[in-house]
Amino acid sequence: MTDAARSAGAAKRAPLTAREAMLKKRHRSEAWFKAQGVAAIIIAMIFLVVLVGRVVGQGYSTFLTHSISVPVYLDPSRVDAAALEGVNYDYLVAEGMMKKLGVQDDDLGLISGKVMDLTSRDLGFQLLNQLKADPSLIGKTVTVTGPMKADADLYYKGEIKRSTLEEDRKLDNQQLDWLDQLQKSGAVTAGFNVKFFTNSDSTEPEQAGVLGAVVGSAMMLLITALIAVPVGVMAAVYLEEFAPKNRWTDVIEVNINNLAAVPSIVYGLLGLALFINWLHVPRSSPLVGGLVLALMALPTVIIATRSSLKAVPPSIREAALGVGASKAQTVFHHVLPLAMPGVMTGAILSLAHALGETAPLLMIGMVSFVPGVPEGFTGASTVLPVQVFIWENASERAFHERTAAAIIVLLVFMIVMNAAAVILRRRFERRW
Amino acid sequence: MTLFPFASPFRSGHAMSTQHRDDAIAHTAASVSAAPGAVEANAFKIRARDVNVFYGDKQALFDVNLDVPGKSVTAFIGPSGCGKSTFLRCINRMNDTIPSAKVTGAIEIDGNDVNAKSVDPVVLRSRVGMVFQKPNPFPKTIFENVAYGPRIHGLATGKAELEAIVESSLKKAGLWNEVSDRLHQPGTGLSGGQQQRLVIARAIAVSPEVILMDEPCSALDPIATARIEELIDELRSQFCIVIVTHSMAQAARVSQKTAFFHMGKLVESGATEDMFTNPRDSRTQDYITGRFG
Repeated sequence: MTDAARSAGAAKRAPLTAREAMLKKRHRSEAWFKAQGVAAIIIAMIFLVVLVGRVVGQGYSTFLTHSISVPVYLDPSRVDAAALEGVNYDYLVAEGMMKKLGVQDDDLGLISGKVMDLTSRDLGFQLLNQLKADPSLIGKTVTVTGPMKADADLYYKGEIKRSTLEEDRKLDNQQLDWLDQLQKSGAVTAGFNVKFFTNSDSTEPEQAGVLGAVVGSAMMLLITALIAVPVGVMAAVYLEEFAPKNRWTDVIEVNINNLAAVPSIVYGLLGLALFINWLHVPRSSPLVGGLVLALMALPTVIIATRSSLKAVPPSIREAALGVGASKAQTVFHHVLPLAMPGVMTGAILSLAHALGETAPLLMIGMVSFVPGVPEGFTGASTVLPVQVFIWENASERAFHERTAAAIIVLLVFMIVMNAAAVILRRRFERRW
Repeated sequence: MTLFPFASPFRSGHAMSTQHRDDAIAHTAASVSAAPGAVEANAFKIRARDVNVFYGDKQALFDVNLDVPGKSVTAFIGPSGCGKSTFLRCINRMNDTIPSAKVTGAIEIDGNDVNAKSVDPVVLRSRVGMVFQKPNPFPKTIFENVAYGPRIHGLATGKAELEAIVESSLKKAGLWNEVSDRLHQPGTGLSGGQQQRLVIARAIAVSPEVILMDEPCSALDPIATARIEELIDELRSQFCIVIVTHSMAQAARVSQKTAFFHMGKLVESGATEDMFTNPRDSRTQDYITGRFG
């Protein structure tokens, strides 16, 4: 093409290009914004997948555990029926294990010591309990079934590898040989880890479970719900429907909005000063935890309730007032029922938020080792997020696996609550 | 030449369908004489003296003096923002719900001041029912909508009595035949016109003496409007009805007395046919002939 022809073509197109260029630019910026939105969603999804994948990948193995059955000879010369508590049952179990493995203890007891590291102390406790129930078992051989020690369990799961330097792992080569031997002989069985759901915290990872934490969380949430929901809803109803609009109510409104943004640890300090030091509520109890979280959830419940009350059309209020309903009748017969889906959603979401809260609970002494289900609302208790925190700080490797598993339990708890919010919303929702 | 081509018949009692309306307009002259007698035969139900209403610093009504006759229909007309709805809402103290509203002067129903301290607005509103611009049934069943008023005022002692009240109210509102087989379906599922009649039934159910209607037909189509107008005409033998309307044709069709509001002042009031045939004030004349508003 010649220059002349080219410039002629350009000149011909020139009047159009001004508008066309603008149009093109608009299309381009629209496509750009769309791409940015899609990219944002993809990034968010990747984070979510990585988070959930990591937690599940690390935690799912907790739900599988290896256990062993050991026949134990209850030697009458060593088991004294009069002092059952004083017997070294762990050694009796080790004897049974050594028999299974075909080894003899040495004079220093090194072999039996190494064998003892393979099975949980739960086996010994089982022996004690069986003997307590039936002392005639002395002199007989009893078979007990219980979990392997956490480190042995980790070896079976491939978390502890033979390729690691011997001095860098907790089990030496001889112990690994024994474990291989046991597995080959079929003495070790893999199964669902029921104990994780029926036990509470323990110093031994293979014995540790989340029951105490789940029950503690449920009790604490019950207290939170019983305080935050009625108080929050009534406060919101008063402020929205009855209170005169003046400077005082403005001040209150601003303060409620500010309280919703206060860091949760501050509520922990407030709870420590108010409930524990002043009112002497037992520390580390579901009661004090529930009270603190109720304080924290209140502003959110109030704000959610107020906004759903605001969304009820004024025509409904006029209709009720028009037939001679009093202010309270208008609110409780018509406005509040219509606002209920929003109130419920707000309340449950703020409770779900409270469920995952850790920081304020650390302030009121909940971060403590509690090896059982809380004894009532004033008993010592732990809760799921704090249990996660405690296990994460533990030095034993097997606890880290349980940390992830406890997070899974916590997430399931939250998903159940959020699903309940959706279902309640659907059920209460009415058209007008 | 007539001043208002849409002039209506000032119907006397009997209900009319839309088809009959054109005939009736042709016979306007014949039925004119019925109305004034009806107005005078009733003692004044509502008396307003020097009523001023303020919303904060803004004055919405200036020294309104008006007598509303009982057992007849009184229409309030006037351009938007002229204060007619404000005045209507003073009668059953709905303005109480607006924090900045302040009412001075006296509004008496049967000689009793509605703003007196001894008057409970809840009781007042059971005597003075209200129908709003947009049909606003409760999001409950048809039955519950009508039964709500009698229930909160303790008007029925048993279920049977309550059902009787609901039935008679729906019958009076001309809705019974359409909904008798679906009383327990949501009231919000009805058509706009049916909803408005349901709302009227709800107001009737507490046996009020006065029914206030704030542009009850403005959200309805002409056929539904005609049904409501017929209904208003039937109800005026039992209730004192006050209706706010933007349609002068409607005022002419349904009312016996008309009050014209402009800029917060009551410009003129009188028997409807006098107002429409012989307005005294030039503003009234301009408004009803469509020169402004």
